[in-house]
Amino acid sequence: MLSVLSNSLEQGLLGSFMAMGVLLSFRMLGFPDLTVEGSYPLAGAIVARLLVGGANPVLATLCGALGGVLAGVTVGLLHTKLKVNEILAGILVTAAIYTLMLRVMGRPNTPLLAQRTLFDQVLGWFGLKATVWPIAAMAAVLTLLAYLGMNWFLHTDIGLTVRATGNNEKMIRALGVDTDTTKIITLAIANGFVALSGALVAQDQGFADVGMGVGSLVAAVASIIIGEAIFGSEPVSRHLAVLVAGSLIYRVLLNVALRLGMPASDFKAVSAVLVLLLLSAPLWKARRRRRAAS
Amino acid sequence: MLRLRHLAIGLLPLLLVACGASSTPAPAPASAPTPAPTAPAKPKLVAITQLVQHPSLDLVRQGVLDGLKAAGFEDGKNIKVDYQNAQGDMAMTKTVADKFVAETPDIIITLTTPSAQAVAKAVQNTRIPMIFSAVSDPVGAQLLGSVDQASGTNITGVYNFDPTRAQLDLFAQIMPDLKTLGVIYNPGESNSVSTVKRMKDDIAKRSGWKLVEAPANSSAEVQTAAQSLIGRVQAIYMPQDNTVVSAFDALLKVAQTGKTPLFVSDAQSVGRGAIATVGSDEYKGGVQAGAMAARVLKGEDPGKVKPEVTETRHIFINSKAADAFGIKLPDDVKKVGEEQGK
Repeated sequence: MLSVLSNSLEQGLLGSFMAMGVLLSFRMLGFPDLTVEGSYPLAGAIVARLLVGGANPVLATLCGALGGVLAGVTVGLLHTKLKVNEILAGILVTAAIYTLMLRVMGRPNTPLLAQRTLFDQVLGWFGLKATVWPIAAMAAVLTLLAYLGMNWFLHTDIGLTVRATGNNEKMIRALGVDTDTTKIITLAIANGFVALSGALVAQDQGFADVGMGVGSLVAAVASIIIGEAIFGSEPVSRHLAVLVAGSLIYRVLLNVALRLGMPASDFKAVSAVLVLLLLSAPLWKARRRRRAAS
Repeated sequence: MLRLRHLAIGLLPLLLVACGASSTPAPAPASAPTPAPTAPAKPKLVAITQLVQHPSLDLVRQGVLDGLKAAGFEDGKNIKVDYQNAQGDMAMTKTVADKFVAETPDIIITLTTPSAQAVAKAVQNTRIPMIFSAVSDPVGAQLLGSVDQASGTNITGVYNFDPTRAQLDLFAQIMPDLKTLGVIYNPGESNSVSTVKRMKDDIAKRSGWKLVEAPANSSAEVQTAAQSLIGRVQAIYMPQDNTVVSAFDALLKVAQTGKTPLFVSDAQSVGRGAIATVGSDEYKGGVQAGAMAARVLKGEDPGKVKPEVTETRHIFINSKAADAFGIKLPDDVKKVGEEQGK
């Protein structure tokens, strides 16, 4: 059971960066950004190429995140300047990123088993080896920093403008805000967070692969929805915090589904049912409360 | 506003980590050494991880199980098989790998490169043996330092090799005026990329030959990619590609309607309607991996077991398929070819 906890923490915390980025673009800005399925593995590809080339892991990770930022800027420009529909812009950039990844790595898959990763380096400063619990601890610290950073951003003037744009764009434009710039900045930051997630996950799982993005958006959205459904989404600081919990819970559910002993082909249905049961729990609670009140 | 409550939610993970880290001893680098060959009645745990489901890969897994059975290890009797499939989700390969390591199985068998890499990372500081299969380039994937000698680590396995030169010779024998060959593959799969590269090199050595590539990044794109080759090539070739093989029927239909002969790289696809290949029988490759796993279960040190390549000297043919494409198989091919047609 401890392994369920350790794996859920490890993958859940590293995945929560992506959920934060998706929260920023989908929920705060109201922009359905599909680029995230591209920036996530792109960062992995960049990190892998740099690490194999002998670069410093901190630098490599930051470059990976930067790749996401640039992808976000690109989507923002496509949408605001070329008036491309949000979803289409995301799809186009993701398609282009796929080719970019193959060019960056020179191959579809780059192993990182022999390379010194960010985890090896940072944990090494504390005299620790990069095993499960130290990695989970480091992930927890990074998540906390990301949370504080994103939370701070969403309460700055720009951050409030972002939230207002997502809420009622016409209104905020009438007040003289350049929503084009707001959107570009937001998408840049959101994809930067997503890319950071990809960069860390690639180093954690031991390889970067062009197929890494598959299922990543689903996990991010599931984390957000689970967090909202169980813990509520007001105010913004809670909204951010609960998606971390949602990410952890989602991975716990996947781990539980794995251990139920069902045939391997049933896994996806089993995990979907578990998520559904979990999401309906608040409804049962509300129903019981109403019955008790009446 | 940053409320203490919300900060507490954010700190919850740290708390959980602290609890977890303090209640376990420092991460044990070694699990118990593999039990002696004359182990007591408790069945050995054989964990199998596969990236995605499709007929050829499932056939490899069947081969693994049969290979184990032939060496005396049968599921339900003296081994317990835990089979998990990541359903194409790479993050799940790690979740499955971590689950397996936590259960300290007697052996982990992997199918496909990403599954192998996830397990290789997870067993790094343990002594759990790992046998990989359905991998094309174990050195490039950093599973082994070299394929020519035993690894000295807890990892060994059986890898595929598409003998592209022999395949081209066979195709030229079957279609003497073949000069333009189309290849359909997923550039996102390492196995296919290395095969296509070798095929390109081999084709370059034949004067007047041309290779036309049709990429299909998902099984949904296979039909369109195949269609793009019709009229531009004399024959279509499919390497051992997980994506294209999942949509094999679509590819076959396009090839048949477009009257363009279809050659492949694996025996099972020949049976399903392609004309011929020289290559590995993926089932036998699985059996090889199963036999290797049995050796380790009986007590051999995986670090001393040399990695093996799947035997690739077989010629597989499908006479019915050849007829359907209007191709007459030469007699000497028919003589040595193993008939896969039903």
